[in-house]
Amino acid sequence: MSGAPPPRLEVCGLSATYAADSRHAEVAALRDVSFELRRGEFVSIVGPSGCGKTTLLKMLAGLLVPSAGQMLIDGVEPPELLGRLGYMPQNDHLMPWRTTLDNVTLGLELAGTGRPAAREIARRELELFGLAGFEDHWPRALSGGMRQRAALLRTFLAGRDVLLLDEPFGALDALTREAMREWLLGVWEADRKTILLVTHDVEEALFLSDRVLVMCGRPGHITTTLEVPLPRPRALALTGEPGFAALKEQLLAPLREEARLRLTVAAP
Amino acid sequence: MNVPSRTALLLGGRREPRAIESLERRRALRHLAPPLIFGLVVIGAWQLYVVLSGDRESILPSPVDVARALVRDRSVLASSAGTTLGEILLGYGVAIVLGVSFAVAMSSSPLVKRAIYPWLVISQLIPIPAIAVIVVVWTGFDIVPKVIVVALVSFFPIAVNTVDGLRATDPELLDLLRTLGAGRWQRLRIAQAPSALPYLFSGLRVAAALAVIGVVFAEWVGSTSGLGNLILTYSNQTATPDVFATVAVLAVIGVALFSAVGLLERIALPWYRVAAEDDQRAR
Repeated sequence: MSGAPPPRLEVCGLSATYAADSRHAEVAALRDVSFELRRGEFVSIVGPSGCGKTTLLKMLAGLLVPSAGQMLIDGVEPPELLGRLGYMPQNDHLMPWRTTLDNVTLGLELAGTGRPAAREIARRELELFGLAGFEDHWPRALSGGMRQRAALLRTFLAGRDVLLLDEPFGALDALTREAMREWLLGVWEADRKTILLVTHDVEEALFLSDRVLVMCGRPGHITTTLEVPLPRPRALALTGEPGFAALKEQLLAPLREEARLRLTVAAP
Repeated sequence: MNVPSRTALLLGGRREPRAIESLERRRALRHLAPPLIFGLVVIGAWQLYVVLSGDRESILPSPVDVARALVRDRSVLASSAGTTLGEILLGYGVAIVLGVSFAVAMSSSPLVKRAIYPWLVISQLIPIPAIAVIVVVWTGFDIVPKVIVVALVSFFPIAVNTVDGLRATDPELLDLLRTLGAGRWQRLRIAQAPSALPYLFSGLRVAAALAVIGVVFAEWVGSTSGLGNLILTYSNQTATPDVFATVAVLAVIGVALFSAVGLLERIALPWYRVAAEDDQRAR
């Protein structure tokens, strides 16, 4: 299709190896991973822990260097990837010596926005992120869900167009996680940033995404891609519908196969 | 500070400020009363022993004798304390500046660290009195050798603790900062320095205790004033109560320095105090 804008983010043939320690040979972490994110798309990568999801995100964030492959932003390979995409690591990494407000303004501060202006911008978002009234609290005083929302606000405020989220709800209890999913969709629908989310939770991936990629491990590679035909806006009730269950089954099949394979390999 | 204490939060919502105040006052009392009472009991027992045993004042003076000596010698004690405190503070200040600078240099360059760190450790294995003698031989009897000795003994705990603190910074936080475009100095300022501060304060506390020991040694080796000098003078005269009085003043200086570091820590690291209190309560 000529004339169509290039994808927001394009990953071609990405491979990665790392040396576990000096005595062992190099281990392949990723093999020939390719996919693209279109503008404003919400894409999830789902896979078992240890399959290389985090490695992939760290590469996109510019923190690790791939051994082969290309990453294009708007059709161009940037000379330096670091700092181009918004990255939210698995743990919130809120700094205990800064109040909630001073934590979430971190990206603005590093972009050179003055402190009063940065705080003003952040204050406007507190309500939406469920942090109103807690801006002057130390992160220690926040609940797990609030900490995670603060980390998300910090990521959003950094102002990048593409956000890489590494299991943002992984450390939360099931009920909080569910509520957070619905909330995240609401936030995302407001300004439709391009999001790549990594999770091991199939239901989470389906509920949130336009497209789900299944990643299997050793080395990490993408086995299945599923366009999610569910209409938006989506509400939690959706997860109980038969259509949702069928999609879930489609995604779980390759993952179950992988888990079984791993067990039989490990058995003898 | 308008941050409600965690106690208040744990007990359900924001409490009245007055309720928090009285709660904190009661807690302070609970912490202060036992050591104070114990101290008074020991002093009382000491007084009783001296009175009953009839030991001579030059062997074991009673607390009352020491108190009398404190009053009698107050002007010379005060001026000597001024001299010694000046030596301590100057040396301590030099140690802070050098210790933190070395720590930052070592943490930003592995090569610098490899080159310097072993020598730092070795320098600590040389006994203070030996160093004090050499420093006095080099620099004479004035304030300079005392400042150098105090700086030498205080430097090590400050430098080593700061190195540990800078290194203890969460590496993933540093990665996160890099993705937000932070350079090396911004990472140092935003993440490494604040995470090193609690470690630095631990070092400062140890250094405060060592500084008082160091200054006495330096004064013993060669001086014409100061509390260390005064101890030598009084003990040559077998004026034992006066020696005790001088030691008491030294102890007060040590405790004051130690408490000042603690107070500074509370002011500089409000977040850390909250965390420490939480942990204590959890236990």
